[in-house]
Amino acid sequence: MINNFFQYEFLQNAAITGVLIGIVAPLLGVFIVVRRLSLIADALSHITLTGIAASLLLEKKVTGINEWNPIYLGMAFSVVGAILIERLRKVYKHYEELAIPIILSGGIGTGVILISLAEGFNTDLFSYLFGSVTAVSRDSMWTVLMITSIVIVIVILFYKELFVLSFDEEHASVSGVNGRWIHLLFIVMVALVIASSMQVVGILLVSALMTLPVASAIRIAKSFKQTIGLSIAFGETSVLVGLISSYHLSVPPGGTIVVTAILILIMSILYKRVQAQQWMKGEA
Amino acid sequence: MEDSTIVKLRDVSFKYDKEWVVKDVDLNIKAGQFLGLVGPNGSGKSTLIKLMLGLVKPGHGSIHLFNKPLRQYQDWQEIGFVSQKANSFNSGFPATVIEVVKTGLVSRIGAFKFFTKKHKEKAMDALRTVEMDEYAYSNIGELSGGQQQRVFIARALVSDPSLLILDEPTVGVDAKHVTDFYDLLGRLNKEQGITLLMVTHDIGTITDHATHVVCMNKTVHFHGASEEYKEFSEEDLNHLYGHAVQQLTHNHDHHEVNYSD
Repeated sequence: MINNFFQYEFLQNAAITGVLIGIVAPLLGVFIVVRRLSLIADALSHITLTGIAASLLLEKKVTGINEWNPIYLGMAFSVVGAILIERLRKVYKHYEELAIPIILSGGIGTGVILISLAEGFNTDLFSYLFGSVTAVSRDSMWTVLMITSIVIVIVILFYKELFVLSFDEEHASVSGVNGRWIHLLFIVMVALVIASSMQVVGILLVSALMTLPVASAIRIAKSFKQTIGLSIAFGETSVLVGLISSYHLSVPPGGTIVVTAILILIMSILYKRVQAQQWMKGEA
Repeated sequence: MEDSTIVKLRDVSFKYDKEWVVKDVDLNIKAGQFLGLVGPNGSGKSTLIKLMLGLVKPGHGSIHLFNKPLRQYQDWQEIGFVSQKANSFNSGFPATVIEVVKTGLVSRIGAFKFFTKKHKEKAMDALRTVEMDEYAYSNIGELSGGQQQRVFIARALVSDPSLLILDEPTVGVDAKHVTDFYDLLGRLNKEQGITLLMVTHDIGTITDHATHVVCMNKTVHFHGASEEYKEFSEEDLNHLYGHAVQQLTHNHDHHEVNYSD
């Protein structure tokens, strides 16, 4: 694989994109999980599919735009979806979680119609759903690099605000933190990272890369910083092991990445259990 | 001329839907006081606190903090707040005690700046004040209710506030530790000169510790020194709350009028 890596551009694209999303997806995932917003990632990945479908349809029906990368329209839909979710959460104040199935089913419903109209049920679509080692273009790789850098800078700049908002919204407000703006900024970043991750992990499994590494880290970590560090380490391991095995086994990387993340999760649960038993023995 | 009144409420009212929860409240809090705010459940105590902190907007009336209208008030580090919710936070949250305490410095540090070593030392100082420094690196969820409450007080103290507002801080703290807790508040008030405003329904204990008492049930029924309050007989108290008791009885909530529970 190492030789092939230097030989084939497509492998470089997939590997570099994978490494980048292996950092930012779990990084944002930590805040998503502790704020109990895990399902938002699912809703946004489905609305991203609508954007991809719309792009495929436009490519077919309108001449002159077949050079478009579907990832851009996917990102645009994801961001609009994120803003819509925030709106809907205000409309249904007492049933905030309703916003998620509305956007999720709306996204997939519109998406399936657009895909049919574009006669797009083919291998292309398969790679959007479950990821691909071959489909990442150099162009997309640069886009993902740019988004990753922006997200990392913003998280570092607003770390204390994001942390205080996640821990205690009321306290954040008394500390003069503008919760609404920070939250909007955050959800837009999530939308962009989901659209970026889609080509490698696939739409149906993006949310797993944001939540599974965090689910493992939370079992082990004592502090919030440690949770972030471990989540990124687990996410990165999942992506690398997943991509390599995907290449060798000729199966979609979405599957191998998620299975690796699940294995890490099982190990972290077992680790915690063994640790607790030892502690009990020590007490007795 | 600036006077020593640091919180000034004039004619403040607030309603949820159609019902007045706080009505025509006038209140002055002077620097150095330890003020107990008491009243039955649903009497608007917590809402009054939220009004002072700008978490909800009053229907009418004016609120001044440190001689500035609430709208223009920016120096939030002057005010420490320990909310009722502090004991119902997500106890699975993966954070250490010191990380939580440092969030109390967010307003002081300001935007686009980072936590430094200096802030960590400040947080350790605050933890020492509440005698929780040995737990600095423990997970917040692993502590007992009373210990968590001390951590939240440390978070409120870390920005060196001159006013500390506590909303029912002894709920969920066992009786043995409540005494320690009042001792801590007494020290903060006397030794560090921090003005305290504490919401509670435990009227017996608060009058032993606070310098002043405010009794409210939507409106203020009594506002004066604790000594003065203690001289009231039960009959006086009934008289004081007479109107309130009647109102509550109409709402078939008699048991809630029992203050000393």
